[in-house]
Amino acid sequence: MSAATLPELICPAGSLPALKAAVDHGADAVYLGFKNATNARNFAGLNFTDAQIRSGIDYAQSRGREVLVAINTYAQAGRVKEWHAAIDAAADAGANAVILADLGLLDYAMRVHPQLNRHLSVQGSATNFEAVNLAQDYFGIRRAVLPRVLTLPQVEFVIKNTTVEIEVFGFGSLCVMAEGRCILSSYATGESPNTHGVCSPASHVQWLPQGNTMDTRLNGILIDHFEAGEPAGYPTLCKGRFEVNDATYYALEEPTSLNALSVLPELLRIGVRAIKVEGRQRSPAYTAEVTKTLRAALDAAADARYTVKPAWQQTLSKVSEGHQQTLGAYSRPWR
Amino acid sequence: MQLTLGPLLYYWPKQEVLDFYAQAADWTLASIYLGEVVCARRHELRTADWLALGTELAQSGKQVIYSSQAVLESGSDLSSLRKLAQAGGLLEANDLGAIRIAREAGIAYVAGPHLNIYNGPALDWHANAGATRWVAPLEASAKTVAAILAEKTLTIETEIFAHGRLPLAFSARCFTARHFDLSKDACEFKCIEHADGMLLKTREGQDFLRINGIQTQSAACHALINDVPQLRNIDYLRISPQAGYTAEIIATYDSQINTQQYTANWTQINPEGLVNGYWHGQAGIHSTPEVLT
Repeated sequence: MSAATLPELICPAGSLPALKAAVDHGADAVYLGFKNATNARNFAGLNFTDAQIRSGIDYAQSRGREVLVAINTYAQAGRVKEWHAAIDAAADAGANAVILADLGLLDYAMRVHPQLNRHLSVQGSATNFEAVNLAQDYFGIRRAVLPRVLTLPQVEFVIKNTTVEIEVFGFGSLCVMAEGRCILSSYATGESPNTHGVCSPASHVQWLPQGNTMDTRLNGILIDHFEAGEPAGYPTLCKGRFEVNDATYYALEEPTSLNALSVLPELLRIGVRAIKVEGRQRSPAYTAEVTKTLRAALDAAADARYTVKPAWQQTLSKVSEGHQQTLGAYSRPWR
Repeated sequence: MQLTLGPLLYYWPKQEVLDFYAQAADWTLASIYLGEVVCARRHELRTADWLALGTELAQSGKQVIYSSQAVLESGSDLSSLRKLAQAGGLLEANDLGAIRIAREAGIAYVAGPHLNIYNGPALDWHANAGATRWVAPLEASAKTVAAILAEKTLTIETEIFAHGRLPLAFSARCFTARHFDLSKDACEFKCIEHADGMLLKTREGQDFLRINGIQTQSAACHALINDVPQLRNIDYLRISPQAGYTAEIIATYDSQINTQQYTANWTQINPEGLVNGYWHGQAGIHSTPEVLT
């Protein structure tokens, strides 16, 4: 396989320095969002103003890279204009694509900005080719990002049955649930990815040290209890320890990150067009390290002698949740 | 306002399913949703069995609607759904792919609660694409649903999830198999031993969630019984099947709708606890005690 057909590397930027780090370290495209509830990483101190987006697009495009604007929450009734304004601003700024999940917004973007590429967000929950092709039929999408629930053969099955470009996740924090099909966060806190662009929001988190031990709570609900010496992790709802039938364990998922380095040659073979790194909420240093590592791995992945270099694994391990990594749904035993 | 029976979310032995729906034929219900929404590995009733059951229930005067899985993955998931769609009638689409299959079969669809319709333009899109009814997202409040209805421009029926354990999340991973240290592909069909799923508690014993195969539900029942008088803009109230008291719960809602009162021992038939936070614009786990007693 020639370098020209390598999948694009899509990297996260929560700030202008992160965008520059991604571009400088070999991202083919950077994705980012506005400073409001129109994107699924609506965290304080994160994301871009209109002026910053223009500046970021200039930086990336002048170096031959793309900028994709994530407007991937669901427009809330009565406030739809805010989401339309975000799409208009992305188009005006010269973004290469908008990443959307809401069917009403996809329809709006196609009618008002037909020249602007439309990508179906992972939050759009398209797990099969019929869903991807529906979005192509109605909204002319260029690309769909698949939820992290499919095995490699299932990803291949989608690719074989569509002409839409398929993007998958290669690295980052792992959602154990099908994206766009999880409202655990609003059940506990009233705020979810769909409605507020947040999951297990920091505003509802309590860290409660008791002597040498630590309780972590989300809106008062005990998510985990850490004994002395146990590293206490952020209380993401699905990554806490709970009791089922008197057994206490990570009943849904361990704190862990997805790492697809070992299956990159397979992702190339089946025709994945883009590989995404999660983590717009992380630092520019994270973006730099992960971009550099994934770039090196992707450039090597077309070679039949490809193996995952220990140095890559070490770098990614340092920035992984709980320093743990998994192949997630790509590997059947995980399921 | 009429009642509907949502799809069975649990895995019960075939005879229990058939017995349950034989009783349901006599309940005061406008529509009954049939089919497997959660897991393709569940096979006590196969597609032909659901279709036969649907034919029987239709003969008893119920509107039968077949529900799609919420996460359609494999080729066989899609072909099973095509068979249901080809039977005609209505399909509840819980996945975008199901809409395409409904359109190919030339049938109308119900836009299910997992399709994430949060605004009028999105609802209009579905109405244009062939939806004749929509089910509001589970996390939508009364105010949100009213705002969506005020914003839409096309005609469509509205249904809300009024009573039952909330299906909050779907995964590729089976949490029931995980509990028993089994892989999903060799799960021994453990779900069949848990007619109401398995309770998940916090480490201080608070009932929190309920694991049901690849689905995660609320431990408590979401209940809008005391909101019924205010639900004038809603056409259908969905009751979600559970192993016990489904008949009593339906009778209680029927009485509340028709006589604005109910006498059943409400807490006794809802032993798992009640919540109603979502409908009141709060965290879903929240309950307003004065409206639940």
